[in-house]
Amino acid sequence: MKKSWVAYPYVVWMIMFIVVPLMLIIFYGTFERTPQGIEFTLEHFKRFFEPLYVMVLIRSLYLALICTIVCLLLGYPVSMILASKEYRDKRILIFLMVIPMWMNFLLRTYAWLTLLEKNGIINTFISFLGLPKMELLYNQWAVVLGMVYNFLPFMVLPIYSVLIKIDKSIIEAAEDLGANSRIVFSKIIFPLSLPGVVSGITMVYMPAVTTFVISRLLGGGQFLLIGNLIEELFLKSGEWGFGSALSIIMMILILFSMAIMSKYEKENEGGGLL
Amino acid sequence: MMRHLKRLYIGIVFFFLYAPILILMIFSFNKSRYMSKWDGFSLKWYADLFSDRDIMSALYYTILIAVLSTIIATVIGLITAIGIHDMNKFGKSIIVNISYLPILNPDIVTGISLMMLFVFMKLEPGFLTLLLAHITFNIPYVIFSILPKLRQMNKHLYEAALDLGATPFYAFRKVILPEIMPGVVTGMILAFTLSIDDFVISYFTTGAGVSNLSIIIYSMARVGIKPTINALSTLLFITVLLLLLIVNKRTTNNTGKEKVL
Repeated sequence: MKKSWVAYPYVVWMIMFIVVPLMLIIFYGTFERTPQGIEFTLEHFKRFFEPLYVMVLIRSLYLALICTIVCLLLGYPVSMILASKEYRDKRILIFLMVIPMWMNFLLRTYAWLTLLEKNGIINTFISFLGLPKMELLYNQWAVVLGMVYNFLPFMVLPIYSVLIKIDKSIIEAAEDLGANSRIVFSKIIFPLSLPGVVSGITMVYMPAVTTFVISRLLGGGQFLLIGNLIEELFLKSGEWGFGSALSIIMMILILFSMAIMSKYEKENEGGGLL
Repeated sequence: MMRHLKRLYIGIVFFFLYAPILILMIFSFNKSRYMSKWDGFSLKWYADLFSDRDIMSALYYTILIAVLSTIIATVIGLITAIGIHDMNKFGKSIIVNISYLPILNPDIVTGISLMMLFVFMKLEPGFLTLLLAHITFNIPYVIFSILPKLRQMNKHLYEAALDLGATPFYAFRKVILPEIMPGVVTGMILAFTLSIDDFVISYFTTGAGVSNLSIIIYSMARVGIKPTINALSTLLFITVLLLLLIVNKRTTNNTGKEKVL
């Protein structure tokens, strides 16, 4: 018996709340109200290529890239140590890694706000040592720090979940054949862990590019990322046309890189979380 | 030597992850409103927290929206997953791919697109729009938690039940539902936590008078440090910790092996 018709109510929902809203973005991004009526225009996309706005995009991509690299360099050894058999209490460590992911990310960001503040703990400590207080907040490094703090577990866990699945006998075989630990890592462990690395990069880079909360709270007003720009265009200046065009650009960027990443992951038949 | 280095490294990373939260928690008991010095123990920020009407109403809306959107999304998602499972390949791939969009799209794009829709529909931003937005981003997660379970299921079981005289609804309740229940529960948990935790989509789709905890924290933190947020963080952290401990304990008891999510 065919019962596919029960999915139809959702199809209506999906068209109304997923398809139509995206059409609205595309419509606002490419049409403009002129005295003659509504006309097709690429004006908004042209405006994006003004140096000011291109810089915003480049800054977003750049800060997210630094954050991803730092997360990878910090996180890969963590995953390796957690995956090694030395720890009997591994479950607790994994559990400790997961808890921050479940904390509201605004609170995690706010925590750094209180630490880096002019009269915060770190500055109190610095002046206790007799050094002058530093302006730690409201610069791009504060933003990168906030990103790394928020997204590090998203790098560690996918890599960890791939590493524990590696067949230990392959490593033993390599050792029996005379490979030292450096060769074992570079020829066996690292290549086999690549699917986890790829999903880790995806899970860190994508949210880092599009964030506007971390940059607003820790970067103050001046470190505008593309997310902040879109927020301001929609909520403050009401320039929906340009805001929509920026959203389209961001969406294409993200969906395109997602497609590449997922293709890569399928080829490698690998782990990943979620 | 190597062993100690490894331990030290893990220790530093966990210090990095936890120190900010712990300091926040300690200073929620500080008498002074400044976090530079310790003025003595006090519970006054907790008293302030519970007498703050904005925060209490945000807490109420956060839970109400999460419960309602989870129930509605689970019902719609469950029915839809069964429908999709029976579809031909073409229809299935269209629905699945479109449903993936809100998962893959940046939250900010989903947020503004829904905001535009609600303005376009002339819906007053507020409770209803917030609820509709949460249901919309929750349904796909429910569908994608249930679909794999349906695929694993032996489809002849359902047919056998019908042959033995069960009505379709009875067969659904007694045969299909128990088989896919783990997927339904996963979907519900995912939907609930995503809804509780959401900031970006809520921020763009809600209106005056209705906010959730994330929105309140954001608007307070933009102005600066406020010790009531420290108190709130402490309570939320303990809640999350307890919930995770309970869930973890339950899953380890049930399956006998480690499982963390």
